[in-house]
Amino acid sequence: MLFTTIAQLVDLAETNKKKISDIMLEQELAANKSDQDALLYRMATHLKIMQQAVERGLTENLKSRSGLAGGEARLLATYNQKNTALAGNLITTALTMAIATTEVNACMGAIVAAPTAGACGVIPGCIFAVGDHLESTEEDLIAALFTAGAIGLVIANNASISGAEGGCQAEIGSAAGMAAAAVTQLSGGSPRQCADAVAIALKSMLGLVCDPVAGLVEVPCIKRNATATATAITSADMALAGLESIIPCDEVIEAMNRIGCSMPVALRETSMGGLATTKTGKQIAERVFGKPSPESDCASCSH
Amino acid sequence: MIGPSSSHTAGAAKIGLMARNIFNAQPEKVEIILYGSFAKTYQGHGTDLAIIGGLLGYQADDRRIVDAINTSAKLGIDIAIATSAEETSHPNTAKIIMKKDEHIFEMVGISPGGGKAEMVAVNGFKVTTAADSNFLLIFHNDRSGVIATVAGLLASHDINIGHMEVARKSKGSDALMLIQVDQPIPKKIALALEKLPHIQNVVIFNEVIFNK
Repeated sequence: MLFTTIAQLVDLAETNKKKISDIMLEQELAANKSDQDALLYRMATHLKIMQQAVERGLTENLKSRSGLAGGEARLLATYNQKNTALAGNLITTALTMAIATTEVNACMGAIVAAPTAGACGVIPGCIFAVGDHLESTEEDLIAALFTAGAIGLVIANNASISGAEGGCQAEIGSAAGMAAAAVTQLSGGSPRQCADAVAIALKSMLGLVCDPVAGLVEVPCIKRNATATATAITSADMALAGLESIIPCDEVIEAMNRIGCSMPVALRETSMGGLATTKTGKQIAERVFGKPSPESDCASCSH
Repeated sequence: MIGPSSSHTAGAAKIGLMARNIFNAQPEKVEIILYGSFAKTYQGHGTDLAIIGGLLGYQADDRRIVDAINTSAKLGIDIAIATSAEETSHPNTAKIIMKKDEHIFEMVGISPGGGKAEMVAVNGFKVTTAADSNFLLIFHNDRSGVIATVAGLLASHDINIGHMEVARKSKGSDALMLIQVDQPIPKKIALALEKLPHIQNVVIFNEVIFNK
């Protein structure tokens, strides 16, 4: 491994006057015993699958098996055309694309896990919205995906990217951190600014629980993917403006790991707590599977 | 990959495919036991469809996973799915018991996230290996010298051992070697190994090149 921490990654990039994506490409070349063209081709394929998923979500009349997911990306797209969105066109485009991707996922369509399927909307939402705005080339977008991958690799090795282990902070939280680095690089930010953007985004997602209604990757996952794009892009803006994370990125990741370890099982992808055991959450579980959600939440409380 | 979950769908499909490749045949009867988060949320994530898809030989990005239950029924595979409240070391754990004629195989797999899969036990032996590796499972009698003979045979074929685990039921009884190697393992190696004394059965697992 060329790097196991974000600090090492930034050092390597700065010392060699390279981008984080270049260091990640070197790491992958060493790990996969592959050649550069093959790796770039594979990443281009991932980018294409991301584009196709967004396209499907925006053009097809999707409905998931549960009936809960589908059609909301199109609602957002129509709203965004009026140019009245409070968050502005760029963020609203990111929300739209994130929802389009996660709706395709909920319908068992083809997506790219980034880092997981449940968090698959954040990175495409961010890089396509920012890429459109900056008129980035395909090459830039592919590099941005390598940068996102480098961040995901460090998080996976030092904390977790699994909701069952670390809660939603490990999935959509990690995706927000990865996306923040990707768009910081797209916008011309330095490796150090990428790391600050990751830290700021992760700090905003710490403690987020994984509480899917009826065990489906639909509620709250789909809209959480969307709001996480806004967190990622605004974190990137702060880093690009020169704001630094007081807690270094690696320590934020370490905190994320400790928080995940102390999170109760009910809030780690078991649908035994949080939104899954709300009145409506339980009704949905019963309607979809004809059985109530697994028993409640909180052994220590009386309700 | 095919959604909705990398750990509960894609990783689950890889556990199924790993089991299928280790069993090296289409089973007649399959029992799938889900634990932890798999047990609680498998219907929502299509974990059952994914594991069965894997058992049919599908990869994690195969769109046929959606129809895996119907397809397995058409092929006449008897599949039972159960959940267990038993504690496991990883929240995403599945046990798969496959039967065909007299042949029975039991594998426990976990899905640690991001679409990865690992085997953590086989036929009651606790040995761990990832789906993206080449390995040999050598079931043998627990006798002195067996490990050295096997290592010698691999060395004579220029096969480098990267990682190795041994386990046994009790002193002098059934034992297992799990040997990870760097390159794909040719079938003739298994045939040569099976001819060695005290070797019961040899399984070759060559890394499945997962696309996504």
